[in-house]
Amino acid sequence: MNNDEAFTAIVRLEGVQKFFGPVQALRDIDIAIGRNEIVGLIGDNGAGKSTLIKVMTGLLAPTAGRIFIRDREIDLADYSVRMAHDLAIETVYQDRSLAEKQPLWRNFFVGRQITNRFGFIDIRREKEIAENILRHAIGFRGAGITVDSTVANLSGGERQGIAIGRAMHYNADLIILDEPTVALAVKEVRKVLDFVRRIKESGRAAIYIEHNLAHVHQVADRMVVLDRGRIVAEVAPKDMSVTELTEYLIALQQDHAWKSA
Amino acid sequence: MEKRVTPSLIARIEGLPIILVFLLLLALFMVLAPQVFLQPFIYTTFLSTLPPLILLAVGLTFIIGAGEIDLCFPAIIAFSGFVFAVLFKEHDLGWWAVAAGLASGLLVGLVNGILVAKIGLPSFMATLATQFFWAGMATVLSGGKSYALRGAETSPVWQWIVGRPFSGTDLPIWVQQIPLQSLWTAIIVIALWFILNRHRFGEHTLFIGDSNSVSRVLGIDVETEKIKLFTLMGGLAAVAAIMLTLENKNYFGNQGQGYLLTAIASVLIGGTSIFGGRATIVGTVFGCFIIGMIEAGLVATGLTGAWVRTIQGLVFLTAMIFYLYVDEPQRRAAFMARLTRFQRPGRPIDTEAKGGLRR
Repeated sequence: MNNDEAFTAIVRLEGVQKFFGPVQALRDIDIAIGRNEIVGLIGDNGAGKSTLIKVMTGLLAPTAGRIFIRDREIDLADYSVRMAHDLAIETVYQDRSLAEKQPLWRNFFVGRQITNRFGFIDIRREKEIAENILRHAIGFRGAGITVDSTVANLSGGERQGIAIGRAMHYNADLIILDEPTVALAVKEVRKVLDFVRRIKESGRAAIYIEHNLAHVHQVADRMVVLDRGRIVAEVAPKDMSVTELTEYLIALQQDHAWKSA
Repeated sequence: MEKRVTPSLIARIEGLPIILVFLLLLALFMVLAPQVFLQPFIYTTFLSTLPPLILLAVGLTFIIGAGEIDLCFPAIIAFSGFVFAVLFKEHDLGWWAVAAGLASGLLVGLVNGILVAKIGLPSFMATLATQFFWAGMATVLSGGKSYALRGAETSPVWQWIVGRPFSGTDLPIWVQQIPLQSLWTAIIVIALWFILNRHRFGEHTLFIGDSNSVSRVLGIDVETEKIKLFTLMGGLAAVAAIMLTLENKNYFGNQGQGYLLTAIASVLIGGTSIFGGRATIVGTVFGCFIIGMIEAGLVATGLTGAWVRTIQGLVFLTAMIFYLYVDEPQRRAAFMARLTRFQRPGRPIDTEAKGGLRR
């Protein structure tokens, strides 16, 4: 969409705080996502990874802080999922990206349907485009999947493929992936990682949230470590092996245990 | 390679199973009570008595399709019916009475929507509570009185809403009996079919029914759409109330009572999923026909009215079991496996694994 525009970071968060009642989920978050990079976001359960991306994509409003998209500040009162979509930011969730009982073509377009001015959907056009995405962008050939297939009949890997393909179709500059490989079979995981690499090849950026360090390590350009709502480290995969990374994260946890003892 | 479920004939024609059941019942009644069911008059009677039920059930199809429930509409029939009747009869306001009745229904629906979407009450609780409130309000304001609208048939309101346009002509008597409310109902139902299946709002309704959290992530304004849904239901209930009051030429406080369970049953018999995410208006309309026809048909075949509820319950139960097996392929597979296990050993059907994938 705004690919030609000059900007340094697609998204930049400055001093973002998020409270849920008295609980602080995010503390002083400063993070910038540049173009054409895959940023891995790692950390233990409750570190604030999901909250961070919800804030970034307009699903949750931050308690304090500033959000810049393409170096321009966003009015947080207006920020919503739809606005993030308009600004070419797409999110792919592990289990919340597609509606189970609805056909694929509706899942591709819901929330931004192709309609006439009375709001009636151009079904033929939507199906054509969906067909195109399915065959070419995602590369599903054969396998019996059509635009009329119901999501419930698809495997986990196919669902992730569809969700990522949809994000790419909307020309997202930034695709945020929230644990896309959880509960997938090994073969399916490889498919999803291929999709993630394809995001970068097409000149886009991605934030990749993942529990499985080996998966992030394979695809990320840099990894940002969150701990108790704070960014505590940034690591390049070439500087740290998966084993070292694991030990580092374990050490973080033990540090807490030691402090609270 | 995995086996794919291709859409069967049942899936391709909307409401096909229920249409078949309807035709079967119709044929049955034609055989058992030919003196009634081979004459046109029973059908013109349906045209005058079924529209309120159909309007309510079609509104409920949206609500249930969105994974919610509305128990309040019988009270809207009482309350909006009262607002209309008192303004029409006591104040002689004509079309203004119709507008006020409609507005009162929309308002009650709007309040329901706000209670569910903004306050966050489960719709079952919210509408159960408002059902008591508005039914009580209608009783308080009317003082428990009924309003007889004698002579209403000379008013343009009556003639335009529930009139008999062919009455007094040379056409056959059954044609002279065709009531206008059947035309208005058909127009509203067809418009709502297009909205559910072709409009952004209908798509949002079904996605919300599928999952609220997925809908939010996809950028649907779940709260606003839910408020619209309940407001729509309120408006339809008000139209039903006005038709009912005019058709009976009488308002009484309990006039909505019989509709609660029959409307819900019609929607579910029609094939709309109680879990939300899937809804069929064609199915609902035929569901209404079936519910209405059983009532008239059983009496015509000589059974007492006491049997009506029993048979309706049986049809309802059968329909629910049928949909359970059609909608959930893994259950159907398990059922078929039970039937065919002995003929086909060595081909176990892994129903557990398939069921485990669905969340």
